[in-house]
Amino acid sequence: MAQFQLEIAITLLLLFLGYIFGRHAEKSHFKSIIAREEQHQGLVAVSVKSPTQDDSTKPGMLVTGSVVISVDYFKRFLAALRTIFGGRVTSYETLLDRARREAILRMKEEAKKLNAERIYNIKLETSSISKSASGNIGAVEVLAYGTAVLRVNQ
Amino acid sequence: MLVSNLEIIPGKEITEHFGLVQGSTVRSKHVGRDLMAGIKNIFGGELVGYTELLQEAREEAVERMKEQARAIGANAVVNVRFSTSSVTQGAAELFAYGSAVRLR
Repeated sequence: MAQFQLEIAITLLLLFLGYIFGRHAEKSHFKSIIAREEQHQGLVAVSVKSPTQDDSTKPGMLVTGSVVISVDYFKRFLAALRTIFGGRVTSYETLLDRARREAILRMKEEAKKLNAERIYNIKLETSSISKSASGNIGAVEVLAYGTAVLRVNQ
Repeated sequence: MLVSNLEIIPGKEITEHFGLVQGSTVRSKHVGRDLMAGIKNIFGGELVGYTELLQEAREEAVERMKEQARAIGANAVVNVRFSTSSVTQGAAELFAYGSAVRLR
């Protein structure tokens, strides 16, 4: 009985820690994403395959950005509860949203370093890289890649 | 060696096609990184160790692809695609492939 109580106490503690720290981490991440997205707005990234006539004469280069991001204990618990009733799993939706936007931002940051003008043919790839024993998704990896067309100095 | 995921290399003209080239690498995480990942699984957030691991592995895969292209006399790879798959628990395969071409 005592052991059972201890287990429950540990679970509750983990849920509490996950809630506090996870919320904070997500909030500050979204804040930084929004700020950086504004900063990189000038660099247009499109999923169009063929560059415009003008751009197709400029040098091009592959750029990538990737991120591995994990959901916290509390949200994983919520997601597990969701599977009982079904429906939208908001906690994973925000996780994937964060991961994708972060990956695109990192790609843009790399392109900026190369003095790129535009990025063409953006592809996004998502994979869950670690799964816990119970089969829950632990972390997702998102990779964004595309071809940056570089600015030529006249 | 120029690499692009478009069907062309901007600013260059393709004169010859050599066919598919590929590069892959299988990487495993190590215990220290796994420990950190376990902690992050409670608090949430980015797994920096894993991001670096996969980034490194992907660069290696691209490097191998370029080597293969070089060996058959190409000087660029176009239409590059990436793919990731987990082979077993704790190991992932990073795979890059594309078409080797010669540019003028």
